[in-house]
Amino acid sequence: MSRELSLSVNGRLEKLQVEDADTLLEVLRDRLKLWSVREGCGVGACGTCTVLMDGRPVSSCLLLATRVAGREVVTVEGISQDGRLHFIQEAFIEQRALQCGYCTPGFILSVKALLEENPDPTEAEVREYLSGNLCRCAGYADILRAVRAAQEKIRSRTTGDQPKKQ
Amino acid sequence: MSDYAVVGHSVYRKDAVQKATGQVLHVGNIEMPGMLHVAVLRSPYPHARIAGIDKARAQALAGVAAVLTGADVAAMPGVDPCFGPAFRDQPILAIDRVLHIGDPVVAVAALDRRLAEDALQLVDIDYEPLPPILDVLEAVKPEAPVLHPKLRPAGTFADLAHVRAGQSSNVCYHFKLRKGDVEKAFAEADRVFEDTFRSPPAQHVPMEPHVTLAYLDENQRINVWSATQTPSYVRTELSAIFGLPMSRIRVRVPYLGGGYGAKLYAKLEPLVTALALVTRRPVRYALTREEEFVTITKHGVVAKLKTAVKDGTITGRKCEVYWDTGAYAEIGPRIVHKSGYTSAGPYRMPNVWIDGYCVYTNKPPAGAFRGFGVPQVIWAYDSQMDIIARALGADPVEFRLRHALDEGEEFATGTPVQAFGLKPSIKQAAEAIEWSKPRPAKRGTKARGKGIAAGVKAVLTPSISGAIVTLSADGSVNILSSTVEMGQGAETMMAQIVAEELGVAFEQVHIVQPDTDITPYDTITAGSRSTYHMGNAVRMAAAKIKTELFAIVASKLEVNPEDLVARGARIYVRGSPERGMRISEAFLAKFGSLGTTLTGEAICQTMAMPMDPETGQSEKCTEYWFPSATAVELEVDTETGQVSILKFFAVGDAGTAINPKHCEQQLLGSAITHLGLTLFEEMVFDEGRLLNGSLLDYQIASVKDMPEDFRSIVVEVPHESGPFGAKGVGETGALTVSAAIANAVEDATGARIRELPLTPEKILRHLSALKPPRPAGKR
Repeated sequence: MSRELSLSVNGRLEKLQVEDADTLLEVLRDRLKLWSVREGCGVGACGTCTVLMDGRPVSSCLLLATRVAGREVVTVEGISQDGRLHFIQEAFIEQRALQCGYCTPGFILSVKALLEENPDPTEAEVREYLSGNLCRCAGYADILRAVRAAQEKIRSRTTGDQPKKQ
Repeated sequence: MSDYAVVGHSVYRKDAVQKATGQVLHVGNIEMPGMLHVAVLRSPYPHARIAGIDKARAQALAGVAAVLTGADVAAMPGVDPCFGPAFRDQPILAIDRVLHIGDPVVAVAALDRRLAEDALQLVDIDYEPLPPILDVLEAVKPEAPVLHPKLRPAGTFADLAHVRAGQSSNVCYHFKLRKGDVEKAFAEADRVFEDTFRSPPAQHVPMEPHVTLAYLDENQRINVWSATQTPSYVRTELSAIFGLPMSRIRVRVPYLGGGYGAKLYAKLEPLVTALALVTRRPVRYALTREEEFVTITKHGVVAKLKTAVKDGTITGRKCEVYWDTGAYAEIGPRIVHKSGYTSAGPYRMPNVWIDGYCVYTNKPPAGAFRGFGVPQVIWAYDSQMDIIARALGADPVEFRLRHALDEGEEFATGTPVQAFGLKPSIKQAAEAIEWSKPRPAKRGTKARGKGIAAGVKAVLTPSISGAIVTLSADGSVNILSSTVEMGQGAETMMAQIVAEELGVAFEQVHIVQPDTDITPYDTITAGSRSTYHMGNAVRMAAAKIKTELFAIVASKLEVNPEDLVARGARIYVRGSPERGMRISEAFLAKFGSLGTTLTGEAICQTMAMPMDPETGQSEKCTEYWFPSATAVELEVDTETGQVSILKFFAVGDAGTAINPKHCEQQLLGSAITHLGLTLFEEMVFDEGRLLNGSLLDYQIASVKDMPEDFRSIVVEVPHESGPFGAKGVGETGALTVSAAIANAVEDATGARIRELPLTPEKILRHLSALKPPRPAGKR
């Protein structure tokens, strides 16, 4: 069955006709052309298709679009402002925490959710939180460093210091 | 620190911002007006005859543009319905029979994917099941039914010229190496060690599954966008399949979401092209992860090693290695040949006998996987090195160093080794793990151990890389290369080399991505060959431009071109930077215009002496070697069998590191992948059916599996003909992981496991076998 869906995507209100069977992933990619949202496994096991729904990371491949009505969805396209990179994106670039880059948007959004929940996680907490995001280039050491660098950026921002040059 | 301006520096990768913002181009992002989507009906039987296919109802469904069967493909005029890099044994769609569960049988192209899947429900196929062959050792028995009675060599690759037509068994390729008299060595030995090592089929799991888009352009030329590591090969293959001149086929490759060998040779391209030809519309096919699992796998291998030892020294080794290549040979024969010849290891032994068998079974096809078969043979020989050393009471590190080949000594193939940083790799691994320090005593249920393994891979030879470099008058550069960027940093490597050669800024160099209309032939983006081959090609192409620039400047300034250097976008007299010109001034001086370009083209072609088909001997079997070592310290919980890796060092010889950070990433990334393959990854089959064919059931390493202390050590033994001394390092970290971990498990617990993966269950089983039996009646 086809029905109208309205939701906020990256701060914009979107109204579109969707089928009951459409997933959030399909709506974001095929309808809204948000190419950062990618399918990796189709069963919610790899984290590649992670987006934020009301600030929480979700697997968009598993979520029916109709379940997202009225919610706020954020993709990587929505986290940089005025063409400026988000500080987590900067941390991923500075720490070279990307290789093929396919999993990167999912990781960046998971890290964003983590640091909003807990701005100063321990390494064990970071590992636990990110264990649902898979990277087959296996740049995990770099990704952990990027998270620490992002934590550092938050810390220096709250204390008014300039972020340390990496 | 490097003497160079750009080479040897860890510059940031060219594609970092696009990747961090998710805006990098993948095939899945490319859409065309009227584009159709594909779904494929696959065989539910491991082996069956197709008695009939009824597709009428599917064809009648609104929105369905085509329903294609193998018979339809075979009936297309001028089309060869079978393909493959070694043998043309794989039909685009099954013809008359299916050979594995997941074999593609019927393809539908429709307005959207869901519609295409609905249409598949309306196809009726009548199968007559046949007995399947599911075990590689069963398949080689004389009484086993022959799966491919007629074999046609593909004739595409020079290094596969030796594969033969005709077939009387399931062994599609038999590699032989004979050196010395191995039976005499056994007869004279003090001790003979016989072990069988098994490694299971596994998955590459690129996060981006295979995806291909094909359409006919306004000139009715075939245009393909594909996530492939082999654009040049795909063009050649499509030309052969569809009987068209290569100039009528264009293959383009944007960024890949990982490859690891899965995306080599032709995969979806023949089918998607056939559908585009039939429908005359753009067609895109993206595999689901479940389809990915039955499309290409890592070879499961059974390796039987028999080793003679006299006076504490290895005198001979016989290797019988069975490679399960599945239903289609894929690149199996090249793996059995190119990796098979290293099966006895990089160790000194006068007598060697190797039989490598590439064997058909009714399982999904196996192909290249990061390491190209070498991890499977190192798993065997460097596990056995430890077994032997321990049995002799020798120190495993010292035992390896005593047998490791020195520079210039002959490998088992008779080829003298060069730029062979094996011993330094072993020594650095041992030093890093503090090998000689005593192990801490067992605490509670936690037993601590250390392990080391070493090995080498030889680069695919012969092979070819062509490149074109254009320098614009403003000093900016374009590189035209068919090397695929799949995460390894190839674009950055090429830009660094060309920036260094021409003395321009790294940022001024742009890479034109693979496009067979524009970028020259390249054999393959794989096998740790691009830095050497494409690196040399782009450097030579840039050097030609530099020669032209120097001639211009020399004549203008009346100096000797040999006294000139290129640096900082200027050409000047060495030692006198004021005596020179900017690149733009040189262009103006020559052409009187700033719109012109200088172009250089070069080909790097490596050559090998063909191996003797009976003895495997060759004066030169490879262009270069890449030695690898892994050192681990781990803890085994003897109650649960759980392994925790405490320290991990991945050691690899990179020649010269063009980008040290990227070398580290290659070493560590391939190491973690193989850590997962060692401890838990395995495709589990039951009667030919894959039981764990999704990422819910098939687990790969996550960030939680990364050892706390996890480091790489880049050994630099420059190769005299590598670009700035560089070799490849993309697989090195993968090679020695499994044996190192198994060796450490034995060091910790005494349990020797000869079958991967090293699951807790398996470890416990071995541990309980070690325990003395409890007296009856006591608990």
